[in-house]
Amino acid sequence: MSILNPHYDSGVFFDEMFAAGEPGGTRPHYTRLAERLGRLPVEEFDRRRTAVDSAFLRRGVTFTVYNDSQGTERIFPFDLIPRIIPGSEWRRIEAGLIQRLLALNLFLDDVYHGQKCLKDKIVPPALILGAKHFRREFMNFSVPRGIYVHICGSDLIRDAQGNYLVLEDNLRCPSGASYMIENRAAMRRAFPNLFQSYGVRPVETYGDDLLKALLHLAPGKDKPNVVLLTPGVFNSAYFEHCFLARQMGIPIVEGRDLVVRDAHVFMRTTAGLVPVDVIYRRIDDDFLDPTVFRGDSMLGVPGLVNAYRAGHVALANSIGTGVADDKVIYAYVPKLIKYYLGEEPLLPNVNTYLASEPLDRKFILENIEKLVVKSANEAGGYGMLIGPHSTKAECASFREQVAANPRNFIGQDPIQLSRSPTWCDGQLEGRHIDLRPYILYGEKITVTPGGLTRVALRKGSLVVNSSQGGGSKDTWVLHGDA
Amino acid sequence: MAGTKSQLPALRAQATTMLSRVAHSLYWMSRYIERAENTARLLEVNLQFLADYQTSPEAKLDQHWESLILSTGDEELFEKLYEAADSRTVTEFLAFDLKNPSSIMACVNAARENARMIRDQISVEMWEAINELHLFLKGRSTSAVWKDGPNEFFGSIKQASHLFQGLTASTFSRSEGWEFIEFGKFLERADKTTRILDVKYHILLPSATDVGGAIDTAQWQAVLRSASALEAYRRYYVREILAWKAAEFLIFSDSFPRSLHFCVAQVDDFLRRILGETGARPRTAAARASRRLLADLQSLAITDVLDQGLHEFLMATQTALETIGNEVVDTTMFYPTESAIEEQQQQQQQQS
Repeated sequence: MSILNPHYDSGVFFDEMFAAGEPGGTRPHYTRLAERLGRLPVEEFDRRRTAVDSAFLRRGVTFTVYNDSQGTERIFPFDLIPRIIPGSEWRRIEAGLIQRLLALNLFLDDVYHGQKCLKDKIVPPALILGAKHFRREFMNFSVPRGIYVHICGSDLIRDAQGNYLVLEDNLRCPSGASYMIENRAAMRRAFPNLFQSYGVRPVETYGDDLLKALLHLAPGKDKPNVVLLTPGVFNSAYFEHCFLARQMGIPIVEGRDLVVRDAHVFMRTTAGLVPVDVIYRRIDDDFLDPTVFRGDSMLGVPGLVNAYRAGHVALANSIGTGVADDKVIYAYVPKLIKYYLGEEPLLPNVNTYLASEPLDRKFILENIEKLVVKSANEAGGYGMLIGPHSTKAECASFREQVAANPRNFIGQDPIQLSRSPTWCDGQLEGRHIDLRPYILYGEKITVTPGGLTRVALRKGSLVVNSSQGGGSKDTWVLHGDA
Repeated sequence: MAGTKSQLPALRAQATTMLSRVAHSLYWMSRYIERAENTARLLEVNLQFLADYQTSPEAKLDQHWESLILSTGDEELFEKLYEAADSRTVTEFLAFDLKNPSSIMACVNAARENARMIRDQISVEMWEAINELHLFLKGRSTSAVWKDGPNEFFGSIKQASHLFQGLTASTFSRSEGWEFIEFGKFLERADKTTRILDVKYHILLPSATDVGGAIDTAQWQAVLRSASALEAYRRYYVREILAWKAAEFLIFSDSFPRSLHFCVAQVDDFLRRILGETGARPRTAAARASRRLLADLQSLAITDVLDQGLHEFLMATQTALETIGNEVVDTTMFYPTESAIEEQQQQQQQQS
């Protein structure tokens, strides 16, 4: 018996692999995978699945879940059926992501300098000046090379017709790139022959590209010292921090390893202090420097912001980028693309209603059970209401919250996220997925061909976050189209 | 020690970029792995004694388990946690109990936690060896160990430790980090060799008349075997096992890699490299302490040790080793000592 499920039901959703109109019911870029899976007995598939899981455990590719004081290490559930994207489709996605990151950087530069977009009434000033992540301390500060966001992860989804839409931008410390690379390594071990014949573009260039983008920030230095600043070993993404540091061959440091003297940053080594030029920080703005932001931060470095302002150290990403990835500003990004670039957005947004606008607010409050409502500054699938999947009481509670604090909420049409065949309890079933590609802004903007495809493993669920029962898949971007 | 640091010139001439925190994690990672191995060796030596006492009454057997706890120096903690010393409680205490910071499980957890903190500095092979040992231990328990045969279990621990040390030797660059790894390993091994010798002292004490008897010889054989030194002893002396020859070998041999003398010579060598001690006269307290200990091991004879009392000599050596370890950590530490306290941990967890 092969693992292909004769009773597989695509339902009303856009299925990545199967389509009624296609020959054999399979989309052309999946036909060779379907053939291979058709020849694979269930026992053999299970054997490879177990081997992949135990390799993740052995290699320590884990994240930590803190339910109580004792953290439990878990592997990120991995599904062996890859998500495949044809080359030409990817080129359109890539162009859209580059366009978007370019516009977002211009927007941030504008917000922290002339604020032309506010004067031209593209974005209501109150939304920026009152935003939680707007850092007025950095007004008129010129960031190194004029780049605000060096590492970006924008989440994409596909609607019922298969159109790619941007769901949100992550401009602070987007995570997950390590899983993109580890997933590929796992697939190479599980299906070595399939790779050779399929023409899959490599994702392993990410580490080198990231290092290049970071080195780009230390001009004129002969051998600049780049470090990765981690919150520490108790952070759930600690595996990723180590992984990326190893990929780049740079030291991983904690706040207590760094010290600022005369507005220069140094690390404490066994031989004394060694200067630091570029910091890839995986700590939020709030915790970076207790003398400027949260005074109770024990993760940061006193004086770091001062050194940054003096131009003696570069930070990636820059401080204050959160103002542009807030879910309310998200609604304005298509307008910002037109405003700064004079172009039509290549990747559209999900249709969004702003509770801060009176007409939209009325619509949200009246139709809350049909909408997805999100709070502006929450992440990880928290602070969110999926109207059609929620109880009356949950809807009522969000209605009250929206009415009380409209600036903090948006409503969106529910999108039925595309589905991909996924191995669930011994058979292939359709599960909803999204895609987080990784975009790097160094000398130029590059998009790693691939990304992290997250899958909602629970039947019917639209929440792909790992903290809420999500898993991941390898993402294959092809050289050609099939 | 206060003030020593500031009096010192730069510790080494060449620039290195090894974080103090990384150096200490390498040191502790290495020590904890060696400690786990030696706890397995301690348990093993006792098993071998017991094999020679098959016919003794139960009470006499349990006395051996008590002696084992005494030689670890953790008898107070043991009494707090358990009612009586027997094969099960002692195995639980020394192999699995996380409340005992020297148990094999606790050591491996600590080694792994240190390795995780410096995951970017060590090779994939080193990390996987530690992680696999950790996963192996998580899947075992005291009852399973006794059911499947304890010798096999202790053998696995030793093998995992050797695998790790071998991989370290063949995949880790000879840098300052290597010096911390080796320093930690030999310091720990020196300490544990004194304790393995001390087990014999504790068991011997109640029946000093047995000295030189068949059982005494068998016990010394067991001590040598648990330090992997039996064949080396035979090749060196080419004669039967004699009590004080065995002790002499484990204390003074200058070529056997688990003897006290050999380990302390290595400790002294790596310590001097770490602290940049090149002169004839040491500048740091750590180097002075290690030079003194090494000089004793180079110049004393076994008769001097016996005059002083073997147990007393071993205790004094343990104290000296502890001082050396603490002094080196203090001297190379350029960051505040408070480690991850609760609030810091919480903030680390909160970060997206």
